[in-house]
Amino acid sequence: MATPTRTQAEAAPAAAALTHTIRVAVPERGIRQDLRAAGIVWRRELIRFRTDRLRAVTSLIQPVLFLFILGTGLGALAGHGLPDGVSFRTFIYPGVVAMGVLFTAIFSAGSIVWDREFGFLREMLVAPVNRGAIVLGKCLGGATVATFQGIIVLILAGLAGVPYNPVLIVTLIGELLLLSFTLTAFGVMMAARIKQFQAFMALTQMLVMPLFFLSGALYPLNGLPAWLTVLTRIDPLAYIVAPMRRAVFSHLNISPAAVSELAPGVSWAGWVVPLGLSLAIVAVMGIAMVMIAIVEFSKTE
Amino acid sequence: MAVETGAQAGGSAQAAPAGPGSARGTAISVSELTKRYGEIEAVRGIDFEVARGETFGFLGPNGAGKSTTISILCTLIRPTSGRAVVAGHDVATERDTVRRNIGLVFQDTTLDSYLTAEQNLRFHADLYGVPKAAVAPRIRQVLEMVGLWDRRESLVRTYSGGMQRRLEIARGLLHAPHVLFLDEPTVGLDPQTRSSIWRYINELKQREDITIFLTTHYMDEAEHCGRIAIIDHGKIVAIDTPEALKASVGKDRVQISTADDPAAIAELGERFALEAAMHEGLVTFSVESGEEFVPRLFAQLDVAIRSVSVARPSLDDVFMSYTGRTIRDTEATGADAMRAMAQRFGRRR
Repeated sequence: MATPTRTQAEAAPAAAALTHTIRVAVPERGIRQDLRAAGIVWRRELIRFRTDRLRAVTSLIQPVLFLFILGTGLGALAGHGLPDGVSFRTFIYPGVVAMGVLFTAIFSAGSIVWDREFGFLREMLVAPVNRGAIVLGKCLGGATVATFQGIIVLILAGLAGVPYNPVLIVTLIGELLLLSFTLTAFGVMMAARIKQFQAFMALTQMLVMPLFFLSGALYPLNGLPAWLTVLTRIDPLAYIVAPMRRAVFSHLNISPAAVSELAPGVSWAGWVVPLGLSLAIVAVMGIAMVMIAIVEFSKTE
Repeated sequence: MAVETGAQAGGSAQAAPAGPGSARGTAISVSELTKRYGEIEAVRGIDFEVARGETFGFLGPNGAGKSTTISILCTLIRPTSGRAVVAGHDVATERDTVRRNIGLVFQDTTLDSYLTAEQNLRFHADLYGVPKAAVAPRIRQVLEMVGLWDRRESLVRTYSGGMQRRLEIARGLLHAPHVLFLDEPTVGLDPQTRSSIWRYINELKQREDITIFLTTHYMDEAEHCGRIAIIDHGKIVAIDTPEALKASVGKDRVQISTADDPAAIAELGERFALEAAMHEGLVTFSVESGEEFVPRLFAQLDVAIRSVSVARPSLDDVFMSYTGRTIRDTEATGADAMRAMAQRFGRRR
């Protein structure tokens, strides 16, 4: 970008800055500008997350309740089908990690509705940048923040009988990042249409719990009644919980037969969806929802 | 990307560098602009020009079409017909270029109250692509201009209403726009804060080569403008300097309260050939020389007079002479409903 430089006074030392007007030539819109805009939207999410410790703590409560209270309580009952050394807590651990990012990701996206109510969205929408950059920055920001939240739950792995294996942890973080991105994209897509924060929270609450319960986080996906089988197969969350569980179980000290029995992956009429395809489904959904969100936000103002 | 460090004012003969694309001389040019929302015609064919460096005010009651006009000029809404050129670019076809060249301060706050003042400005700088080397010095400069440099690390939520407005003005200036739009810049602030905001705006005009376009329904605020346009029912009814407008009215305004107001109005009409009307609960009329008229009034009016006030022409009178009512009269009418509607339209985009 070649903007002509005009220097009326010789480059002013810092101290003289006060008596000189700093002239700023705002450059033409371009890919670099859009990246920079996406970057600052992303950074704002991080700053907000860092300063909002209460949110970080409260969104940990639910996973901890599920893992230790529900997991231990139901474990006495449900633990019989599991091989030695695998507790019910271990079984639900991958699902609970996914849950850890669920609320944070949706809540991050929901801040768009909040921003709209309090005016800040306007500051973003009137800027001379591509709306896509703002939406993308928001989705990546929400994904980053939610993944951090998920990592905190990962720290509890030992208490659920899951080993701290570097490969396992890196795999899980990668899967969490994908999940968080798709969830945030889903939330941002909804936030494009919903104007009131109350309505957004009510709607997401209504959707999030069914998504979680149908994901197979708390029970295996095989041997279910037909109606429940169908419902679980259309839950996008199932396609991320299955690979996460497979990752956890393949790092446990159990036989390969037990692994494929306990973490079989999602199957369609007997055909087991490969892990790669399973992850690809989640990624494609995320990208599709980001696209929809960009179109929605480009229409406004 | 370039940072230009120009010596400020100082009486230097060097012409201020013309911004890219800004037609030298004219900052805003509007012709036959209209905007209709279904049945309602919010702006009904207005024309005006604002010169570079001018402070131009749109004065009118709520619902007169001010907010709609400023929104069109800021590219936030599209005109139904007509043309508006801001900083040398058409608001309908060159939206992004216009946006790069203007600063916006809205009626409602658009700050992130959970960030610090500095973080808010940094966000803006990155969003508007302020050259990286210029960001820190420019942030310092605009914060000092509005007297908030010491509070730069405080969260905006700890700011008072007046401080938030000052921060918004600073942010509007951050990317060195050619035209700064202020929509009701001091609405909802107490009188002391309002005057301090104006002190900052006036100082800023000394420092920056900038055109200011503002809307207001406060008469005293309009006095700060170099030129004002009085807008009513979507049309400009008068446009000139505040002094010229006041001179054009020429008459003093007399307001009296009497024992029997309708009788007093009738008598003023018969005996003095004056057109009096009720405004703000007082019998109101205009005469050439108020001080000389009042003694005659006491001597000749049959209705008992309780109080009397004489005022030199103010913008209130200008407004009244062009629209037939005071701006406060309009507050009580359906104007509020109109405004609420206009704002709803404004928000929905």
